[in-house]
Amino acid sequence: MRAVRWLVIVAGLLFAALPLVWMGLSSIKHRGDTISQHLRWMPAMEAPADPASSSFEATSDSYRDLATVHAGAQHSFWHHLWNSVVIGVLSTIASVALGTLCAYGFSRFRVPGEKDWLFFILSTRFMPPLAVVVPVLMMYRALDLQGTHLGLALLYTVFNLSLAVWLMKGFLDEIPRAYEEAAVVDGYSRFGAFIRIVLPEARTGIAVTAVFCLISAWNEYGFAMTLNSSGAVTVPAYFAGLQGNIEGMPWPQIAAGALIFVTPIVVFTVLVRSHLLRGVTFGTVKQ
Amino acid sequence: MSFLALEKLEKRWPDGTHAVRGVDLAISEGELVVLLGPSGCGKTTTLRMVAGLEMPSAGRVRLGGADVTALPPSQRDVGFVFQFYALYPHMTVAENIAFPLECAGVARPERDAAVQRVAERLDLVALLGRRPRALSGGDQQRVGLARAMVRKPRLWLMDEPLGSLDAARRAEMCELIRVQQLADRVTTIYVTHDQEEAMRLADRIVVMSQGEIVQAAPPREVYDRPATLFVAKFVGSPGMNLIEGDVRAGRFVPAGAHASIALPNAVADGRVVLGARPEHLRLDPAGALRGRVALEAHAGPWRHVHVEGPWGRALALTSAHETHATGAEVRVAFDPAGIRLFDAASGRSLA
Repeated sequence: MRAVRWLVIVAGLLFAALPLVWMGLSSIKHRGDTISQHLRWMPAMEAPADPASSSFEATSDSYRDLATVHAGAQHSFWHHLWNSVVIGVLSTIASVALGTLCAYGFSRFRVPGEKDWLFFILSTRFMPPLAVVVPVLMMYRALDLQGTHLGLALLYTVFNLSLAVWLMKGFLDEIPRAYEEAAVVDGYSRFGAFIRIVLPEARTGIAVTAVFCLISAWNEYGFAMTLNSSGAVTVPAYFAGLQGNIEGMPWPQIAAGALIFVTPIVVFTVLVRSHLLRGVTFGTVKQ
Repeated sequence: MSFLALEKLEKRWPDGTHAVRGVDLAISEGELVVLLGPSGCGKTTTLRMVAGLEMPSAGRVRLGGADVTALPPSQRDVGFVFQFYALYPHMTVAENIAFPLECAGVARPERDAAVQRVAERLDLVALLGRRPRALSGGDQQRVGLARAMVRKPRLWLMDEPLGSLDAARRAEMCELIRVQQLADRVTTIYVTHDQEEAMRLADRIVVMSQGEIVQAAPPREVYDRPATLFVAKFVGSPGMNLIEGDVRAGRFVPAGAHASIALPNAVADGRVVLGARPEHLRLDPAGALRGRVALEAHAGPWRHVHVEGPWGRALALTSAHETHATGAEVRVAFDPAGIRLFDAASGRSLA
């Protein structure tokens, strides 16, 4: 029984880690090794004599080359990473701030038709976002938001807001009202109690919500591709745009860039991993 | 003029529940009033309206002569002790106690000194650096008390503060609260459903039932002269013995029994309920009511004897040395001074 359990765990781990490992290996290859017909998975200090060998010469060239501007592109990887950071951080801050305030209202005040409103908020996620890509494109063209940081950040905030409201409502519902009542009796205003007591108590919920929002904004591809094919191009759209490049796909650089790109997400997820599970159960644990 | 006055206080919940019905109560400065009643009687709602945590549907709250009905809790200058402590989990004990002072803008050194003073009074000095979660229930409630005390508010409001403690801790904390209250002579409203706690603490007990005040009197009087059958049953452990019957020609005739009991005072004929505390019942061969021993139990220096007869059931306290076999025939005598009569229809005390 124990052996089976370990077998399953190890298999799952390999399955999950293999793409990351392969990305890591590809990022230290020469381009020729990435498109070789032989499986090359053993890094070595120097190039093997036998062309059928499974080892390859390790190099850090791809990381240095991340600064080069490839044919057909206007900027280097770093520029696009900066676009991703600006858009991801802006939209995450906005989603979490608005979501928390909105959820607090639903959690603590009598809202007429509360259930219907919450359902409406959730229903904005029923439709695949890409279904509205054409109207959004037209609106953005009219508003001159195409290719801007603000445009994508705004869009990701709208898409993430429903998730943020629902997640934060679950977390806020778990904070006993007595804390706020105590603070109010102790002399604080309602808003003071929110800042001094509710926010610190909700900090794990806020962290979890932020990670979810960041992941979805960070990885978004469809809108980034259609709205921002020029201007503030994010990393996923940039990599996709390298296809059909007359120099051929710069695989080692793509692997290196992708590895750098996923690192912050992995780090954040690991930091709040113990709370993520509680987050995805929508804070259903009541006192 | 009273220090705190509740005038025709009403609370209706949106679902239509009429939780508090026209509560009138005047409390003088330094008094400790206990609101006593079963759960759902409106005592906690009344307390929360005094604190400003609930808005009354009608009526006024006057504090120190001023109408505070519309004031938010933060401007009423009250200290509130919660049943489940409500200590801020992300702060240390010292930060929790200092929180009200911080809001009042008290400077750091004075704040620390005040926290230290209160901590010494409540024996919390060793716990100041800890987090509330690491403390026992009793210690947490002492911190809750310290937080309510530190600002020296005009009013202490306590909502079943000992409700979640075990019996030994409860007795100890009861004493502590009373000592602290007497030391500062802070006007206090204390809510509980535990009549023993009420007896121990109160200058005055206010018994509530179904949103109304049934009786407001010092503990001794509530115990000796309950205003209604409800109070007679609710106060005292065990409650009053109650026997249904009629008054005929100045004597009490229990329903279903061929016997009668002389009454100390003249009462008009009619259907009544006779009440007598267990300590006013004796097992006496010359007693008026005939019955059988149904059950006997030890109670410290006393023995509880449950007697059953055609007239109902009654509990008598006898000395621990007396023993009675279950099923034995006995007669029950009543101490005339301990006899209370209630109107059978209204439940109100008759003189």
